[in-house]
Amino acid sequence: MLTMIGKRLMFAIPSLIGVVIVTFLLTRALPGDPAAYFAGPAATKEAVEQIRKKLGLDRPLIEQFFRYTNDLAHGDFGNSLTTGQPVAAEIRNRLPASAELTLLGLIVSIVIAIPLGVLAATRPGSWVDHLCRVTTTAGVSLPVFFTGLVLVYVFYFRLGWSPAPLGRLDVFYSAPPTVTGFYLIDTLIARDLEAFRSALSQLILPATTLAIFSLAPIARMTRASMLAVLASEFVRTARASGLSPATVIVTYAFRNAMLPVITTLSMVFSFLLGANVLVEKVFAWPGIGSYAVEALISSDFAPVQGFVLTMAVMYVLLNLVIDILYGVIDPRVRLEG
Amino acid sequence: MTAQPLLDVQDLTVEFTTRRGIVKAVQHVNISVAKGETLAIVGESGSGKSVTSYAVMRILDRAGKIAEGSVMFSGIDVKAATEDQMRDLRGREVSMIFQNPRAALNPIRKVGDQIEDVLRTHVQQAQVADHGEKAIEALEQVKIARPRERYHAYPFELSGGMCQRVVIALALACNPQLLIADEPTTGLDVTTQKAVMDLIVELTKRRAMSTILITHDLGLAAAYCDRVVVMEKGRVVETAKAADIFASPQHPYTKKLMRATPRLGVSLRDLLPEEEGATTSSASVAAAPGQHTSQSEGKSDQPLLRIEKLVKEYPRQGATAVLGKLFSRKPPVEPDVFRAVDGISFAIGHGESVGLVGESGCGKSTTSMMVMRLLDQTSGLIQFDGEDIGGIQPAAFARLPQRSRIQMVFQDPTDSLNPRFTAARAIADPIMQLGDIKGRDALRARCEELATMVGLPHNLLDRFPHQLSGGQKARVGIARAIALHPKLVILDEPTAALDVSVQAVVLNLLQDLKARLGMSYLFVSHDLNVVRLLCDRVIVMRTGRIVEEGSSERVLSDPKDDYTKELLTAIPHPPLPVH
Repeated sequence: MLTMIGKRLMFAIPSLIGVVIVTFLLTRALPGDPAAYFAGPAATKEAVEQIRKKLGLDRPLIEQFFRYTNDLAHGDFGNSLTTGQPVAAEIRNRLPASAELTLLGLIVSIVIAIPLGVLAATRPGSWVDHLCRVTTTAGVSLPVFFTGLVLVYVFYFRLGWSPAPLGRLDVFYSAPPTVTGFYLIDTLIARDLEAFRSALSQLILPATTLAIFSLAPIARMTRASMLAVLASEFVRTARASGLSPATVIVTYAFRNAMLPVITTLSMVFSFLLGANVLVEKVFAWPGIGSYAVEALISSDFAPVQGFVLTMAVMYVLLNLVIDILYGVIDPRVRLEG
Repeated sequence: MTAQPLLDVQDLTVEFTTRRGIVKAVQHVNISVAKGETLAIVGESGSGKSVTSYAVMRILDRAGKIAEGSVMFSGIDVKAATEDQMRDLRGREVSMIFQNPRAALNPIRKVGDQIEDVLRTHVQQAQVADHGEKAIEALEQVKIARPRERYHAYPFELSGGMCQRVVIALALACNPQLLIADEPTTGLDVTTQKAVMDLIVELTKRRAMSTILITHDLGLAAAYCDRVVVMEKGRVVETAKAADIFASPQHPYTKKLMRATPRLGVSLRDLLPEEEGATTSSASVAAAPGQHTSQSEGKSDQPLLRIEKLVKEYPRQGATAVLGKLFSRKPPVEPDVFRAVDGISFAIGHGESVGLVGESGCGKSTTSMMVMRLLDQTSGLIQFDGEDIGGIQPAAFARLPQRSRIQMVFQDPTDSLNPRFTAARAIADPIMQLGDIKGRDALRARCEELATMVGLPHNLLDRFPHQLSGGQKARVGIARAIALHPKLVILDEPTAALDVSVQAVVLNLLQDLKARLGMSYLFVSHDLNVVRLLCDRVIVMRTGRIVEEGSSERVLSDPKDDYTKELLTAIPHPPLPVH
């Protein structure tokens, strides 16, 4: 198992190097001059030149690249031009916010989609099946910013059930001492139930938005793969042996049906990381998505590069986790490695 | 018959609701099985034999239902029973063994756990101290070596025969009264088939169980069953004692089936129904002269295909071996390479057909793939038509003119046709790749000509594979293979997936085509009876080596090697040939 993990991480290195090169070139190729932006609209030509020199942007591209990779090797992601803060620190502060939101959205979606898919597959043509179809169609056809805005309009503006969509905590509460960076967990560790409730109520709407978006692929995949497995010969054998429907569905069908669903989950998680950017904007969420968008608009290279690199590393780790999970469920994969 | 049969099926009709309306898969079927009796239900695909057994266990899929009639199992009305009652019956009183044992087991659950699932469902905890021990006992009874270790094996770690033993253990774990075996040995080698069938009979006889054996193989039914029920198109056409049915079959369908079963002492023509046999052979004789002589003249001193000391080795590295070493699961006693083909030499003459026989894993398919240049050999010579083709890279061979002279017909007629190609497109494919016929009309004309040769009606040429029957698909596969006037056709179990009556027709077709076009055949098969009918010479392979070689008649009537003898005795024979 450890060799497998080691090997997989080795394989990830070339793609990470590729990501470093491509993001570097891409940010340079983008229109917009960071020096001009940084100097402000009133700056003179000389002032802009001076800033350019200070930022090292007057050097040849290749030299800039080597300086950048050298910094990376020392764990230095550079400084943001707009905030002046080191990018690594900013990402470290903001990543938990995004991760907490994405994970909660994914969990909500799994908790709803998988039982829905299983029920729809075991009773094809029933009302559950139709509900599954309607929900999934609605889920894929509504863009996240739209569902987000509708949810805010209904539950905050009209009904007033949820707090204002402004960040991770109500202004009256202070952030809990950082342990995991996840407010839901940190507030519980600090035994601050009030803050926990506040963090949760802030999270519900954006997490629901993400859940609605990711519901469709998971439910559809669960349904399709359950249907295929239920029609398979070993399920027939299990039925012919008189096993109870619960055993047949859970032990025989469900575990086998999970294999393609897990693959889908990894893809959905990647989609969610992308969808995050919009949701964070709508809910003023202090995550890395909104950070990256702001940086991109202001031609602020370092945060964009840092963001893309962080995402790439997360994909690699995520895929590793999925592969390990696959091996846990399917003994045939374990041997191949 | 005794007063109370164990299973009594009266006037059973099973309906399936499909998009095209209601289909009656089984109609007015009467079957009864006495205690301790072994009954065979024989029929070709689509005869409703499996559906009948599913109805008995009430495990028809959602679209099917018992429309009429009654099924009584030891006093219980199966049709009226609640689902709970049925569930209690399944596995404990009636159990089932399926075709394709590997697929019948949950691929990601240990086999021991799967047996335990059944035990846990049906046996009260108080009665048995330890389900695990009971499961190991069940594995022991089906003669699985080292059952304690095998308990922890996954199905993919076991061979096909071993998996079938596990399925039998699963079915017999709770000592049921009736065992339904649905084609339990299809897809297994003959020697494995014999071992599995002997095991089933031994275990069921010892426990005085009743057995229903569902099969398409009359030989198997005759060898192992007391009574035989013959089904055709959802109806029972004949029921009789096994000995009687072979001595004097009554129904024309039974007669046809028996004729079509390959057996000792008959020729290919004998397999066909009387009227058809006469017409086909006369037609082929009329077409034969002319072409035959022109093709096979010259170069007759040299064999068409010569193979010398052919070796194919596979490295045994893989993650399995590496992991095995890491966790020292098994000592590395095996050598680092595995020889699939171990230095074989043989030759095929012009117009000759040679059978390559052996059980799965003996290297016969590997050999044919190397001749076909789909695989590179490790060492050895492959000479085709005087040229050394062994040195040609497999990837390059596909575009060379020699490629058109070696063609192949594959085992599964369905899987070997592109589902998006019509029959005409499939037949035209090799011509478009390597042939010299250009233009739509010329191509179409050639396709039609080929279709006529293989007996495929022209109106079927525009159909897709799923719209054709198994026999028709086989014909398309053959037409595609002969499209480029090949000199050698490799037939890889071309009839293994076909019903016996279709097999008889296809074998005759192959024989006629060979005579007409002067081709040579390399016939790869595990079925000695079929090989004997079509081939002049037989090569018997085992673990990569040739163990015996000689004329078909000699090898089958007077085998020299022990392995050939074993193969021959394993084939179940119907008692007497009929005329």
